[in-house]
Amino acid sequence: MLASKDNNTQAEEVYEPNTARPADSVYKVDQLNLWYGQDQALKNIELEIPEQQVTAIIGPSGCGKSTFIKTLNRLTEMIPSVKTTGGIYYRNQDIFDKKYKVELLRTKVGMVFQNPNPFPKSIYENIVYGPKIHGIKDKKVLDEIVESSLKGAALWDEVKDDLKKNAFGLSGGQQQRLCIARCLAVEPDVLLMDEPTSALDPISTLKIEELVQDLKKNYSIIIVTHNMQQAGRISDNTAFFLNGEVVEYDRTDKIFSSPDDKRTEDYISGRFG
Amino acid sequence: MKAARQETTITTEERLQEPANLSVREWKNKIFKGIFTAAAGFSLLMLIVLILRIFTQGIGYLDWNLITSFASRNPSDAGILAAFVGTIWLMAVTAPISFILGVGTAIYLEEYANKNRFTSLIQTNISNLAGVPSVVFGLLGLTLFVRELAMGRSIIAGALTMSLLILPIIVVASQEAIRSVPTNLKEASYAMGATNWQTIYRVVLPAALPGILTGNILALSRAIGETAPLIMIGALTYIAFLPENLLSQFTVMPIQIFNWTSRPQEEFHLVAAAGIIVLLAMLLLMNSIAVWIRNKFQRRF
Ligand SMILES: Nc1ncnc2c1ncn2[C@@H]1O[C@H](COP(=O)(O)OP(=O)(O)O)[C@@H](O)[C@H]1O
Ligand SMILES: [Mg+2]
Repeated sequence: MLASKDNNTQAEEVYEPNTARPADSVYKVDQLNLWYGQDQALKNIELEIPEQQVTAIIGPSGCGKSTFIKTLNRLTEMIPSVKTTGGIYYRNQDIFDKKYKVELLRTKVGMVFQNPNPFPKSIYENIVYGPKIHGIKDKKVLDEIVESSLKGAALWDEVKDDLKKNAFGLSGGQQQRLCIARCLAVEPDVLLMDEPTSALDPISTLKIEELVQDLKKNYSIIIVTHNMQQAGRISDNTAFFLNGEVVEYDRTDKIFSSPDDKRTEDYISGRFG
Repeated sequence: MKAARQETTITTEERLQEPANLSVREWKNKIFKGIFTAAAGFSLLMLIVLILRIFTQGIGYLDWNLITSFASRNPSDAGILAAFVGTIWLMAVTAPISFILGVGTAIYLEEYANKNRFTSLIQTNISNLAGVPSVVFGLLGLTLFVRELAMGRSIIAGALTMSLLILPIIVVASQEAIRSVPTNLKEASYAMGATNWQTIYRVVLPAALPGILTGNILALSRAIGETAPLIMIGALTYIAFLPENLLSQFTVMPIQIFNWTSRPQEEFHLVAAAGIIVLLAMLLLMNSIAVWIRNKFQRRF
């Protein structure tokens, strides 16, 4: 499905993909199955996620979007009842391999959650949390990271005089951008975003969408969204999930203009979900 | 129903009509309110009577001498110095031991242990231990610390026994505090590549600390009033010297108070009441500190 994207020139003008070099894939997902106890939440997922593009995951509530995105950084392991089969390869490394360090994976793959979850600390301390756990102690280096991360998340101008203030004093949209900045501080390769704007007002949502467009120059982004217009606006590729399966995965323009599967069409036209 | 409503219009009178059993419900409400108020009032009354009695008895002996003198055969000279210092020693040694063991156990159970038969066995036993009579802990302390480990009737033996006694309370309180740290904060930390320990040390413990400290202080304030286990391990009732180190013999306030009340002379009962006032003041102080910590570090998430 995705293989055909390179000769789809018409869409390239509209969606501005990174044409500088051919898209390698950051993730290859192979026959992934996941169970919560007896309940299967993911069924035979097969996906390749290209680098430096925005890949959207859409689908109705409870179809496994969050579960899927959390397998990509192995955060599902926090739930004791979870069992997984199949393979996930991040830059050709098997992330389920016993020798593969999960801390390394999560350093390379940052995550932004549905509800902004800053730590109950100052803005500054929130940003330096990641660098500090990875051993950076030099105050000057940390200061630079704080500035560049906040700039990267389009938050610097709003908070540069309040770095010592508690992050809980920020608005919801600012908190979410702080969480993005906190990820950027670790210099990841991939950003996972699980419905990052669903708890935000329209203006904050717009800011985050613009930010995502900006970030894809340097990062590969996988974003779960409940909002189809959002997927249409910001993503290059879209995967439609239903009942734990990938019904269709293709270029976003293709999915939205002429989906192959009837169920995709029904969902996109708002007939269910 | 629906069909009927559409046909007949409802009159204003009908709209204002009371539900049939409203007055009965109001009556019941009043009766139960009365019962609960009476129950609360009764406990409060008992507490006031108790405090009044102790104060009227003990106030005459409550002076600086009481705290600066050793026990004596003469009631007017008798003081609680040895017991007061002994209690402080005992608490100062019990607090770190029970804190490290209790919080360590709680961290292990909440953050490291897999949920399996073994850990659920530990969990059940900890809850059960909280219900074991304190005399039994005294017996354990006597055989294990005093005799087997040859610590004698020392402060360290007493403190270890007390630590065992309050350990279950501390573990359970700390577990609750740790469990109430929001998962999304832990996820944020793990998602940045933090290890288990980094997440515990930098996210979980700071957020849980107020709850943990409160639980520890309340557990210690229980230990302050305990007599039985210390009598079992043979803490002395009459001491005319201050403990010097962990292996010194000692006595504590409740033992001293018990000793005075069991004497025939009326005056000693009054000295005992004065001692109780001091003990109550210590308890009140500790509980206030616990409440202060809880309010100061009120949940910020
Ligand atoms: N922690 C969990 N334990 C058990 N079942 C879960 C858990 N989290 C999610 N599920 C189940 O997995 C399915 C997919 O959930 P989720 O991935 O959250 O869906 P989505 O993000 O698409 O709304 C749902 O049926 C949900 O009930
Ligand atoms: Mg979800």
